Amino acid sequence: MTLLDVHGLTVRTADGRTLVDDLTFRLDAGERLGLIGESGSGKSLTTLALLGLLPDGMRAEGSVELAGAQVVGATEKRLTAVRGRRAAVVFQEPLTALDPLMRVGRQIAEPLARRTGLKGRQLRAAVGEALDRVRLPEPGRIARAFPHEVSGGQRQRVALAMALACEPDLLIADEPTTALDVSVQAEVLDLLDTLVRERAMAVLFVSHDLAVVARIADRALVLKDGRAVEEGPVLDVIGAPTAEYTRTLVTGARKLEAALDLRSAR
Amino acid sequence: MTPVLELDDVSVRYRGAASDVVQGVSLAVEPGQSLALVGESGAGKTTLLRLLLGLARPSDGAVRFDGAPLAPRDREQLRRFRRGVQCVFQDPYSSLDPRRRVAAIVAEPLRSLGLDSRATAAPKVAAALERVGLPADAAARYPHEFSGGQRQRIAIARAVVCDPRVLLADEPVSALDLTTRVKVVDLLAELKQERDLTLVMVSHDLSVVASLCERTAVLERGRLVEQGATERVLGAPGHPYTRRLIDSVPRLPR
Repeated sequence: MTLLDVHGLTVRTADGRTLVDDLTFRLDAGERLGLIGESGSGKSLTTLALLGLLPDGMRAEGSVELAGAQVVGATEKRLTAVRGRRAAVVFQEPLTALDPLMRVGRQIAEPLARRTGLKGRQLRAAVGEALDRVRLPEPGRIARAFPHEVSGGQRQRVALAMALACEPDLLIADEPTTALDVSVQAEVLDLLDTLVRERAMAVLFVSHDLAVVARIADRALVLKDGRAVEEGPVLDVIGAPTAEYTRTLVTGARKLEAALDLRSAR
Repeated sequence: MTPVLELDDVSVRYRGAASDVVQGVSLAVEPGQSLALVGESGAGKTTLLRLLLGLARPSDGAVRFDGAPLAPRDREQLRRFRRGVQCVFQDPYSSLDPRRRVAAIVAEPLRSLGLDSRATAAPKVAAALERVGLPADAAARYPHEFSGGQRQRIAIARAVVCDPRVLLADEPVSALDLTTRVKVVDLLAELKQERDLTLVMVSHDLSVVASLCERTAVLERGRLVEQGATERVLGAPGHPYTRRLIDSVPRLPR
């Protein structure tokens, strides 16, 4: 079943520059697609366009069908029904995604209450469960904390808990671990992998890091300057890239990695 | 051989803080033995680099340059120090003055150290820009006209223009895209070779460290848990924390 159907998606600025150019891809329910690209490739704009969240002055054309609903040109009211319930998003920098003046627990309670209609003690219990599910220690303390009072890795888990609280069909993760330390990154990736697998959730995973994408996604789409240059199973794209640009990326990544191997071989 | 830079049992405690951010760290930067400081955020990597740059002073212990304690009031020493030790920072956007042309930015060390006048600096600036792979007309332009990778090249040109012995680099390639990152790592490797430049690099990226540094020191929460030859530390780590760092690096499928 097709969950997300993007056809000819084009994003332009007010002065007519094309930032995402005629992008077409599909995502089935439960499928995991990695969007690979460097800065300026249009990968983040693509994720924003999928949820009708483009910044002022940018316009999307083409078609984005999310669970059968057209996103391009939809009213804010229609979009509200889609966001969260159909697709939820986790951004790179959890500190900007969370409200700095609101305690963590309330931020998770909001989407939870909207979906389940729970109130009072039951809602609090559900928040505790949501925090527990993303393996946060001491959910009670975290729920009462403000975003700046918890570490970067914990904040990203909170953002993940918020996204999952809506039980979306599609989780969009835009560089969710780029701001994290490697060992924390490994933990968050493991967690994300387990949680979406348990729920058979579809994932659109956006990253510049090939190794990280390979860890999460089944299929990969490589973007350069707003255009798709290659698409296929992630192991094929990385193992035997056909596009010149993908080859450059893979060679670069392997070259850096090789420095580690030489040393460990001894 | 006397180390160029040396930290001797240094601790740093910020005012009002309950504990030390750096605790009893000793390490030496020997000529030709580039050193990497690795560890996760909050480990104290940048604090150590600030000590080595003379931008922060230890609450305890000593920082030595060419065997002599670093004394910020000793102007003669400071001049030798700035001549011999230059730096490159992580963010190529905030580390260059947006209102000055590239020529003036790169000439800054030469001018402030009193080595050159505007006229005599020009050929050295041109040579430095060419060396880092920037076009000849770069000198007359402003930082905003360049991409992130190019800006980092400008910062490197500025750092090497006065022929320093040591280049301190704080996450010099973390803000760069993969393809750019590979090129800047190559450039740093070449400069090391050509100019007998010793790097002291803070990085969380172990593959960059392995590509560039002969020695590696691993920091965990302000303490040095392990240091030694990079191939030993990363190839056969002796401390569980180092092992965990290495195992966490995401790898490409074969």
